[in-house]
Amino acid sequence: MMTIKTDRLDIRQSDDVVRVRQLARTFAVEVGLGLVDQTKIITAASELARNTLDYGGGGQATAEIVENVGRRGLKLTFEDQGPGIADIETALKDGFTSGKGMGLGLGGARRLSNEFHIDSKPGIGTRITIVRWK
Amino acid sequence: MDRIPILKFGDALLVTIQVDMHDRLATALEEDLTGRIVTHNAKGVLIDISALEIVDSFIGRMLDNIAAVSRILDADTVVVGMRPAVAITLVELGLSLSGVKTALNVERGMDLIQRQREEPEAADDDDQD
Repeated sequence: MMTIKTDRLDIRQSDDVVRVRQLARTFAVEVGLGLVDQTKIITAASELARNTLDYGGGGQATAEIVENVGRRGLKLTFEDQGPGIADIETALKDGFTSGKGMGLGLGGARRLSNEFHIDSKPGIGTRITIVRWK
Repeated sequence: MDRIPILKFGDALLVTIQVDMHDRLATALEEDLTGRIVTHNAKGVLIDISALEIVDSFIGRMLDNIAAVSRILDADTVVVGMRPAVAITLVELGLSLSGVKTALNVERGMDLIQRQREEPEAADDDDQD
């Protein structure tokens, strides 16, 4: 996978979640995703950015336009240095929440993406990567 | 802090969401609307989301909450103008907004509220079509 373009945003407050959505949108349009795919990846970005803020205590979002064997896609990475997720399988289940949300964020973001990777260590932090291919 | 304007329209309230809402703005709207239902003795709430490019779980929950609270306060909530791509995404996200009535546009939403008031039974049947 080759990165063609990249941009990065800090997630510190709820306005930043809106900025992440706008960044995801700009990149999704540039990749050439259709309207439904754009909507899906922006919605997934919104869920994950909010998780980074609410559960990770803030962090960073990175948007990349990637290319793999001639195919373009939008890759989004969310990183925080928060408490981490002890049981990832449980956290991915719909309805599971440790906070004020509905518990659809992680599982929903996974369904809205073509690729979903999560790497989390208790006490160190969480990194989630999603990709939507054109 | 910014606020989303709430207009009075007969005995209904009309909210047109035209900005990409951050979570605090969505929460403020929920509180403002609940207060206005009581002060205006409103019988219906129309929320136009045709300008919204996405509805995530937070905004979805806000819509669900507004519908639930207004029902307790004897007002019907109708969400109008949802974009097809938003509807597809919401379902995949896992939110069906089962407590929220929807209509294609403001005019049909207003009709729905009127009919609900005049003949609640008949209007309920129509929903299932």
